[in-house]
Amino acid sequence: MWVIAAREFRSLFISPLAWSILGAIQIILGWFFAVLVEWFLQPEIQANLASDPNASGLTAIVVASLFDWTAIILLLVTPLLTMRLISEERRNNTLPLLLSAPISMGSIILGKFIGLMGFFIIMLAMIMLMPLSLLLGGTLDFGQLLAGLLGLFLFSATLIAIGLYISTLTSHPTVAAISTFGTFLLLWMLDWGGHVTEAQDNILSLSYWSITSHYQPLLQGLFSTADIVFYLLLIGLFLMLSTYRLDAERIQ
Amino acid sequence: MSSDTLISVKNLSRNYGNFCAVNNIDFEVKRGQILGFLGPNGAGKTTTMQMITGTLAPTTGQISLAGYDLLDHPIQAKTAIGYLPEQPPVYKEMQVDEYLLFCAKLHHIPNSAIAYSVNHTIEQCGLNSVSRRLISNLSKGYQQRVGIAQAIIHNPQVVILDEPTIGLDPIQIREIRALIRRLGEEHSVILSTHILPEVQAVCSHVQIINRGQLILNDTIDGLLNQMQSTHLQVGFHNPPDIKKIQKIQFVESVEIVKDNKIRIQHSIENSPVESLVEQSVTNSWGLYELIPEQRTLEQIFVDLTNANEDSLMNMEVA
Repeated sequence: MWVIAAREFRSLFISPLAWSILGAIQIILGWFFAVLVEWFLQPEIQANLASDPNASGLTAIVVASLFDWTAIILLLVTPLLTMRLISEERRNNTLPLLLSAPISMGSIILGKFIGLMGFFIIMLAMIMLMPLSLLLGGTLDFGQLLAGLLGLFLFSATLIAIGLYISTLTSHPTVAAISTFGTFLLLWMLDWGGHVTEAQDNILSLSYWSITSHYQPLLQGLFSTADIVFYLLLIGLFLMLSTYRLDAERIQ
Repeated sequence: MSSDTLISVKNLSRNYGNFCAVNNIDFEVKRGQILGFLGPNGAGKTTTMQMITGTLAPTTGQISLAGYDLLDHPIQAKTAIGYLPEQPPVYKEMQVDEYLLFCAKLHHIPNSAIAYSVNHTIEQCGLNSVSRRLISNLSKGYQQRVGIAQAIIHNPQVVILDEPTIGLDPIQIREIRALIRRLGEEHSVILSTHILPEVQAVCSHVQIINRGQLILNDTIDGLLNQMQSTHLQVGFHNPPDIKKIQKIQFVESVEIVKDNKIRIQHSIENSPVESLVEQSVTNSWGLYELIPEQRTLEQIFVDLTNANEDSLMNMEVA
C-alpha cells in the first residue's frame, strides 16, 4: 500500500502537471488573499467593525472567505489530478503488474488515495502559509482556523475518493476528468436549488447532499459530528466502490 | 498434491459472453519444467496465462500455484508468480533502476535484499548500460527486457512469460533464451510464443492449444520422436532402375520425384542409407544428394491444428 502511495506521489512530481497546478493555485489564491486583506484594512470597514459589538474578527472574515474560495478552486483542479489514477494504468497496460503482484485490491486503491492525498497535504500546507502570515501584524482564532483546515482536508479527500472511483470506470483520462468535473459541479449545485423550498438540515432534501454545504459550518468554526461523518462516509463509500470495480474487472 | 507441482490447472474454462475462449483445460507443471505454450492467434493462450496470474477470473475451474489455491489464498499464490504480459507493464516516466526498485518493493522483497535483487536482475537482463535512463526513451527491445526483469526480480517459483522474445534482436534472443533455460532449472516456466524453433530450443514440454482446447500435451522428446524421418530424398547422376533400389534392405517403397531424384520410404527403426551408399559406389550410380526428410515442428503444428478443425467440422456436420 505504501509502495503504491509513494510511487503515485513521486510520479506526480515527475510530471509538470503537479508543479503547474501548485503554482497556479498559489498565484490565484495569493492574489485573492491580498485583495481580501486590503479590503479588510480599508478605514470605513475598520470603522464599521469597531462600532459593531458583534462584529466578526480577522479569521472569520479573511480566512473563511479564503478557504471558501479554495474549495471552489479545488472543485476545478481535483479532476485533473484524479483522472489518471487508474485509467492511465489501464491505458499503459501497467494494471496487470499491480493485479498480479501479491497485494490486495483494497491496498491498490488505498495506496492511490493516500499518494494523491499526500500531494493535497502539501497544497493545503502552502495555502495555510497565507493565513499564518497574518500573525505578523495581528492575532488569529486558531480554533476556527483548524476547523476550517479540517474541513478543507475532508472536503478534498472526498473529492479524491469520488474522482478515484470515476477513474476506475474508464481507460481514457479525459473521459474520467470530464465526468468527474460534471459530478463535482452537480454535487456543488445541489445546494442552490435546495435553499428555495426545503430546510437544509433535512436529510431527505437534495441540498443536504451537496458536498459544499457540510463544509460551510466548519469554516465558521462550527464543529459538528454529523458533517464530519458525512464526509467520512462518502470517502469510505467511494473507496469501497472503487475496490469492487477493480475486482469486477477480472470477471467482466 | 506433490510439493513439486508448482502449477496445477483443473477444468479451467473462460467465456466472454457467449464466446468460449478457453474450454476445460487441465494441466500441471512441475518444478524444473519449461512449458512452451503454442497456438494460432486467438487460440486462448493469453487468456489462460491471465487466468493463471490472477488478472482475469476464470468462469469455472481451479488454479493452484506453489500449492496455494489462487481463489482461497490469492496473496500467497501471487507471491509465487512473476508475470510478463503481452505488453511490458512499465511506467514510462520512471528510470529503469527506479522502476525495478518499485517492483521489488511491490513483491515484498525484504529491505536488506532489495539492492542485491535490483542489481542482480539488471545484470541478468543486460540492462547495465541503460539503468539510469527513462524507460520511455528505451527501444522496444530494451523495454521488453525491463519487462522480463520485472517478472524475475523476486525470484518467483513460477515464471509466466507471454511472448518474451518479441521485438528483440537475435543476440538478445539468445541471451534471453539462455536466461529462461537457467530459470527453468529451479522454477517452473510457462512461455507462450509463435516462434516454433524457440520451443524446440528452450522448452522441455510442449502444449498446443487451438480454439480454447488443449490438443497436444507432450514432452519435447516425445514431439521429436513424432518428427523422426521416414523418408529419404536421393539424387543420382545415373539413376538406376527403380526395382534395383526396391531390393535394397529396409526400403519399403520408392517413388520418382523428378528425372533423377527419388524419394524412398523406410521404417522408423532401420535406415537403408548404408547399403544404399554401398550399392551406389559399386554400381557407379553417381549419388550426389541424400537428404533425410524431417517433419518440422511447423508441420506437426499445422497438421494438429488443421486436424482439430476438421474434426470440429465433422462434428458440426454430424
